[in-house]
Amino acid sequence: MYKIITKEEVAPNIHLIEIAAPDVALKSHPGQFVIIRLDDKGERVPLTIAGVDLQKGTVSTAFHAVGKTTKKLAKLKAGDSLLDFSGPLGNPAEVENFGKVLLVGGGVWCAPLHYVAVALKKNNNKLVVVAAGRTKNDMVYENQLKAVADEFHVATDDGSKGNEGLDFINDILKAQKFDHAVIMGPVSTLKKIVEMTKPYNLKTMVTLASLMVDGTGMCGACRVTVGGETKFACMDGPEFNGLDVDFDELISRQRVYLPEERMASMIYDKLGGSVKRG
Amino acid sequence: MAKQDILDRIHNFYEVALGYTEEQAILEATRCLQCPNPRCVQGCPVGIDIPAFIKEIKEGNYSAAASKLKEKNSLPAVCGRVCPQENQCQELCVIGKMGDPISIGRLERFAADYERKAGVTIPEKQPDGATGKVAIVGSGPAGLTVAADLVKQGHEVVMFESLHYAGGVLMYGIPEFRLPKEIVQAEVEYIKNLGVDVKTNYTIGRIFTIDELFADGYDAVFIGSGAGLPNFMGIEGENLGGVYAANEFLIRVNLMKGYLFPEYDTPIRIGKNVAVIGGGNVAMDAARCSLRLGAEKVYIVYRRAREQLPAREEESENAEEEGIIFRLLTNPIKFTGDESGWVNGMECIKMELGEPDASGRRRPVPIEGSNFMMDVDTVVIAIGQTPNPLIQRTTDGLETTKWGTIVADEETGATSKEGVYAGGDVVSGAATVISAMGAARKAAQGIHGYIQKKKTGQ
Ligand SMILES: Cc1cc2nc3c(=O)[nH]c(=O)nc-3n(C[C@H](O)[C@H](O)[C@H](O)COP(=O)(O)OP(=O)(O)OC[C@H]3O[C@@H](n4cnc5c(N)ncnc54)[C@H](O)[C@@H]3O)c2cc1C
Ligand SMILES: Cc1cc2nc3c(=O)[nH]c(=O)nc-3n(C[C@H](O)[C@H](O)[C@H](O)COP(=O)(O)OP(=O)(O)OC[C@H]3O[C@@H](n4cnc5c(N)ncnc54)[C@H](O)[C@@H]3O)c2cc1C
Ligand code: SF4
Ligand code: FES
Repeated sequence: MYKIITKEEVAPNIHLIEIAAPDVALKSHPGQFVIIRLDDKGERVPLTIAGVDLQKGTVSTAFHAVGKTTKKLAKLKAGDSLLDFSGPLGNPAEVENFGKVLLVGGGVWCAPLHYVAVALKKNNNKLVVVAAGRTKNDMVYENQLKAVADEFHVATDDGSKGNEGLDFINDILKAQKFDHAVIMGPVSTLKKIVEMTKPYNLKTMVTLASLMVDGTGMCGACRVTVGGETKFACMDGPEFNGLDVDFDELISRQRVYLPEERMASMIYDKLGGSVKRG
Repeated sequence: MAKQDILDRIHNFYEVALGYTEEQAILEATRCLQCPNPRCVQGCPVGIDIPAFIKEIKEGNYSAAASKLKEKNSLPAVCGRVCPQENQCQELCVIGKMGDPISIGRLERFAADYERKAGVTIPEKQPDGATGKVAIVGSGPAGLTVAADLVKQGHEVVMFESLHYAGGVLMYGIPEFRLPKEIVQAEVEYIKNLGVDVKTNYTIGRIFTIDELFADGYDAVFIGSGAGLPNFMGIEGENLGGVYAANEFLIRVNLMKGYLFPEYDTPIRIGKNVAVIGGGNVAMDAARCSLRLGAEKVYIVYRRAREQLPAREEESENAEEEGIIFRLLTNPIKFTGDESGWVNGMECIKMELGEPDASGRRRPVPIEGSNFMMDVDTVVIAIGQTPNPLIQRTTDGLETTKWGTIVADEETGATSKEGVYAGGDVVSGAATVISAMGAARKAAQGIHGYIQKKKTGQ
């Protein structure tokens, strides 16, 4: 059992939890993920590591309560426990002295992006950071990202804060020369930004949240086509150069269980499990 | 031995084979000639004293029979169910020359089941003054066997398993209706009670590397990480929705209990017409699971002929009985999908058998122009597995073959890296439970000898 040490709702329906797992904390790197299982009947759900506290022996992760498991997780409190917490899994994000790096985070993904940003900063990179959210109330890790950035931008889908939408990134790309880019967010965001960086042939690392079961390279559920080859996101990724990723295939594979996920979520809500909607 | 009625069993996941009653077991045991020079034992990869355990059953001492089995085999309830006895002990049994050989496997199962229900006795440890600390990577039959053997000899044993349950393929691959998961967990429990510390959720190579284990004070490491990496065919449409690797399909069904969705959270999606590609045990299991999940038509699509099916005969027969349709000498060349990205068809080509290939089997050759379409909405690819490369990639000085298997000494399990031993599917490639256990027993002896030498300098 893995105990929840702290838990906080950082934006509507987005929670940050810190879990006691000293061995995992010791070995975690930015860009890696864990797989959790809440209880005996639970599904294995991957979540990206947003930070560790070696003194406390804890691992933090931010999650969006979208389906049955994350809604259930949202209802747990500090002091409760998760049945399984497996990690670190996947390869660490590429971190070295690149020069100038563009970082874009969408929604819940701003938390793990911060973990990468801090490591890049330690390697003396210049960071241009864009933190995006649906509305001004949905911003996650805005202040933390701002603190580590050399240049910082905010974007919201509805324009309630900062730039409206992400198109302004085209202007940034036109005006400045980058050596590396890291994008974490929903697949639609990844795809959009990669379309912008492609003309500059800028290596754009994206973290792919494909469907996963084991997370250790055994099941093949997470397969994605990268550069025309089949790769396993959990073993060969989850970070890949977005310029080579077949996003349309990824999107269609992500939808495979949508009817079942909706059913599970609906039954859970009907039984009184619903959380408030943001 | 009685089996669950076909019409019932294709709708449930309960065990198909029902096992012997006491009377049946005694009757069968009485047929054994108690050969002074028993041939059956030569066919057993772990060398069980077969006549001795059968004699105990004949005399009604079922727990004693189980103890006899456990001297050589820590997982008798498993082996009694899934071992290919027909090509091992039973193939050599003298009675088989005249008629049916003794059903050694069924007797093994009977004794193990009896003991599990009656309560298991834990043997004393036998410390020999040279005890060490050993890390076991992977908790399949290989890892469990090494763990049991070493802990009984007084070593401190910690077993690391990346999944959330110990048992390897026994938990995630072989379906409930052939091997109830409760039985696997009872055998794991036995091994824990012997004193083995089992750490699930630990993926070695990610959380600790092999070298870090040594730095942490382990004297030796055994790698029993199996052959879990699924092969694909590399043909068009393989990444469509509804095209599963057998491992994903079986993990969802068995380990995650997808057949009980939504009571259990992990879904498994299956259509009306399912094609399973391949002809081994894995393919038969996937096909029989599909049927039980409600598929209307389930095909085994295999590129060679019936006689060449690599599955155990009993399993092919069970599959046929249950109504699985065999499309032999047939090979898929392309999958097509609908606009939502879900598989809706499979183009196949007919095959004929040509000259024997390196494996000694006649090589299947495509018949030009024989292409045809099959109407399928779910595909399971079960064309074999190779070892997961994670440990090989993260361990310096570990010699591997071009197939990704680890090179290990057949007699001791020693690898090219000092203190590192390996056995089971990670060394042999996908094989059988009992061959993994046989290799594991030798490795346990190898590790014991290594530690003794290291500690006493002799
Ligand atoms: C490597 C990796 C890292 C990840 N890291 C993170 C992370 O750090 N934070 C995070 O929040 N997620 C992360 N994810 C995604 C997360 O694992 C999935 O969202 C997971 O499926 C959530 O499980 P669930 O049971 O709550 O939702 P599921 O039931 O699996 O639902 C998943 C998707 O189905 C859809 N859905 C579910 N219910 C409904 C409904 N009622 N109506 C409409 N659509 C619905 C949504 O689009 C939702 O995104 C990561 C995934 C991977 C592979
Ligand atoms: C569907 C199916 C049906 C089968 N049917 C039969 C049958 O009827 N009869 C028969 O004799 N054989 C059968 N087999 C084959 C048999 O199950 C295997 O040969 C046997 O399980 C191999 O044992 P093992 O201990 O080497 O590996 P496995 O059973 O594969 O166990 C390896 C374990 O190591 C874990 N692991 C892997 N990497 C790591 C890591 N880095 N860190 C920690 N843990 C790790 C895995 O999660 C797994 O639990 C079948 C196999 C399958 C897939
Ligand atoms: S060979 Fe057959 S008859 Fe002889 S001891 Fe073995 S099981 Fe009994
Ligand atoms: S999640 Fe199973 S192979 Fe990647």
